[in-house]
Amino acid sequence: MADQRVMIVGGGLAGLAAAMKLAELGVAVDLMSLTPVKRSHSVCAQGGINSVNALTRQQGDNEWLHFDDTVYGGDFLQHQPPVKEMAWWGPKIIDLMDRLGVPFNRTEEGFRDQRRFGGTLFKRTAFAGATTGQQLLYALDEQVRRWESEGKIRKFEFWDFLGPILDDAGVCRGCVGQDLYSMEIRAFPADAVIVASGGAGLIFGRSTMSMVCTGGAASRCYQAGARYGNAEFVQVHPTAIPGADKLRLMSESARGEGGRVWVPRKPQDSRDPRQIPDSERYYFLEERYPKYGNLVPRDIATREIFNVCTHEGLSVEHDRLCVYLDLTHLPREMLDLKLGGILEIYEKFQGVDPRDVPMKIFPAVHYFMGGLWVDYERTADGGLKLGSPRNQQTSIPGLYAIGECDYQYHGANRLGANSLLSCIFSGLIVAPSVQTWLKSQSKAAGEGRATLYDQALKREQARHDALLARSGGGENPYLVHHELGQCMTRAATVVRYNNILDEAYGEVQEFEQRAGRASLSDTGSWTNQNVVFTKALEDMFPLAKAILKGARLRDECRGAHFKPDFAMPGIAATEPAARRREAEAWCDRFEENNRRFLKSTISEHGADGEPQISYEEVDTTLIPPRPRLYGLVGAEVIEEVWNQRQARRKAAGGDGNGATAKPAGVAAGAH
Amino acid sequence: MTQTATHSAHEHTNGHAAEPRTFDVRILRQDGPGEASYWERHRVAYEPDMNVISVLQRIAAQSETVDGRQVTPVAWDCNCLEEVCGACTMLVNGRTRQACSALVDRLLDEQPDGIELRPMSKFPVVRDLVVNRRRLFRALEKIRAWIPVDGYYELGPGPRQSTDQQRTAYPLSECMSCGCCLEACPQYQKVELRPRDGETAEDFKTREDATFDRSFIGAHAISQVRYFNSNPVGKMSADVRLEALVAPGGIQDCGNAQNCVVVCPKHIPLTTSIGWAGRAATVYTIKKWFDK
Repeated sequence: MADQRVMIVGGGLAGLAAAMKLAELGVAVDLMSLTPVKRSHSVCAQGGINSVNALTRQQGDNEWLHFDDTVYGGDFLQHQPPVKEMAWWGPKIIDLMDRLGVPFNRTEEGFRDQRRFGGTLFKRTAFAGATTGQQLLYALDEQVRRWESEGKIRKFEFWDFLGPILDDAGVCRGCVGQDLYSMEIRAFPADAVIVASGGAGLIFGRSTMSMVCTGGAASRCYQAGARYGNAEFVQVHPTAIPGADKLRLMSESARGEGGRVWVPRKPQDSRDPRQIPDSERYYFLEERYPKYGNLVPRDIATREIFNVCTHEGLSVEHDRLCVYLDLTHLPREMLDLKLGGILEIYEKFQGVDPRDVPMKIFPAVHYFMGGLWVDYERTADGGLKLGSPRNQQTSIPGLYAIGECDYQYHGANRLGANSLLSCIFSGLIVAPSVQTWLKSQSKAAGEGRATLYDQALKREQARHDALLARSGGGENPYLVHHELGQCMTRAATVVRYNNILDEAYGEVQEFEQRAGRASLSDTGSWTNQNVVFTKALEDMFPLAKAILKGARLRDECRGAHFKPDFAMPGIAATEPAARRREAEAWCDRFEENNRRFLKSTISEHGADGEPQISYEEVDTTLIPPRPRLYGLVGAEVIEEVWNQRQARRKAAGGDGNGATAKPAGVAAGAH
Repeated sequence: MTQTATHSAHEHTNGHAAEPRTFDVRILRQDGPGEASYWERHRVAYEPDMNVISVLQRIAAQSETVDGRQVTPVAWDCNCLEEVCGACTMLVNGRTRQACSALVDRLLDEQPDGIELRPMSKFPVVRDLVVNRRRLFRALEKIRAWIPVDGYYELGPGPRQSTDQQRTAYPLSECMSCGCCLEACPQYQKVELRPRDGETAEDFKTREDATFDRSFIGAHAISQVRYFNSNPVGKMSADVRLEALVAPGGIQDCGNAQNCVVVCPKHIPLTTSIGWAGRAATVYTIKKWFDK
């Protein structure tokens, strides 16, 4: 049998972790990326990476609590076994990255230092200055270069993934790629394809994401038949620096190290912020969430900042929405050592030193919790069966997805410093899964399938040629993209309303038609960025529609998906018995809502180009769903009622699981 | 957010006597490798808070020169737009830097008659402002810029390190392979090969790599030798990297012009690294001579 090969699409943390692990297992790897892998979007991750550690353990922390925080922070929308496994791998992954040479910050005694991030009360986050993503990525890039020098990994940098190649049985046998310099289109036989292409921020125009984050690769898999999960769950990061070309992230670590968010109590107080006394400052997160303070989960911080600026009219500026993120009370030396990288970004792009003057920030689209649906195989104790070919496999056999482009780990909302962990984790565990899959194949993909590859290549060549052949004078793809971004940002970010989602859906359909009439200003055959962008734009619409439709149909609030019309208010009554009655009713409604909506949204690309939506039960058998009560009025009485209910259920022999809970395997795409 | 799209002039745009309504951008273009380059002038409507990337985005969208000629969009390379990926290096007003952090207001302050963009001159032009920097990554392979760990199974944590060690290593590890130090270096000469008739892509790459390996590795790679040889585990294989450092194209080609450290956007102490590397190379060479 000829040698088997694996194609990895994308060289961020997930893709590189998978590449080096597969190379260690002796599997030949090709790695395709739009950009030299060292320039992947993972470099933008700033704050750190979570895991339980020796210190937090002695404060009562353990893997189960990390797992619980992740699931609770994600509003219970993720299958629990993969998340549990990830929490258990956390310490091992940090150790591995430490061995690979990542310059983690150190304590005086030489141990790795840790800081606190949102959604937890423990200092779980290891970090390397404020460029942790960059440092982790470089360590993996170095290992992949090592394998490359031994001929075990071949890189195809400046190549665009045009789509998977499926045989008659619907099994993935490779992919088509295009060289961004020569524009050559080529079919790559591969015995498995692993997509690690990250998020799709460009669908929202400007976001915190890099310019390669078009979502093109994920969309092309989706259009080829792969299911897409929880598209509507898009994280809007609370703190970003508004810019004309991009919204630059200001890491949560700024708050983790003591940064405080505030607005002047007097609307648009024109005084220098440093002259405004404490008594006239409104530290709204600290006042409303005394337990977590500035480190509430991201969806909550985002909504509070948004509300304080819009509904409460307390934006710092008249003509622009923003709040202060203040570090000026912290010692400069500490700031330089722990946050230098991000403070430089602010200084460089805003021309103001955030060590002296409070920063002005506002939320921005940041992370896709949703993504390609992937499978897993669970063990009896609720972990993952490692080496199962189902782990990270999409609904297309032989096609895998890892990192931000899968939907697996973060449910309805991702906790800070968990993304780097999920990327490396999914990259490492996909390797033995793929190895098992390869063993199950009777012949190498490239053997006896010449026609299949030839047809796939011709199909993509035809699409390319047709674009170049379009007559001039049509729509401008860059302007259509700009409008798409504005529409999506208005309809599908911090707050969502059904009438606006309906309108936006119609608009996106119009944009799609207009993009179909776009003409190119470059019809050449050398380094034609115009045609590459136009293809990426066309492929944004299927995902944009999946986001809007998923959001439209989900009439509830969960994590990052917030519909004011369906919000559950807190307890209004003051008299104890009435409070209790209200809390009982609240819990009834909570359970009823979970029965309807504690389900993953699954989109399939219909023949008509519109998303077909179905729902998948979520495996919540390890931690029963419970109300997410951060800062809710009457949280204490709701919690009391809820706990009593759970205790009664347990006594009656139930599993204490108030919502839908079925074992894995009923998952929509199990095959 | 919709609201952020409508923000207006603020902070660093204050202080200008009058904001220009438009400004001109001169771009040195080239249609492909080995072809003649030519200047083209574009006019862009001024907006507050622009950087060179947003200027290039506007130029791509309009695809029209000052004299109304329809042209192809200018090609350029970029990704993160936060100055951490290293992709968008080019010559902006004659200075090597990242286009993303080159802010229009400041550029117009420096040079009110417009902005000039050119591709880096030390790397082969692919098209317009896009250059091929493969040689830069090849140098990292040559000096074996990695920790040769036993494998990726669970083997416990790495060695404990002092805060001093971390504070020395961290800035070196921030190198984003942008190429500014190479562009500014008088000793770093452009290497541009073209495939021969009938040469396969693989054969071409082999020939190109061999040429790269004979040519100067540059400050970034020298600094990476220091980074890896200072690491407690990297130290164990220090000689392998020192051998690459004294091989043809190594540290001896450095002319000590010290331009590199001036242009490094990450403020990496490149000349300190070069000083260290010079001493390490000498010690290594003497040791090798005695060990004969």
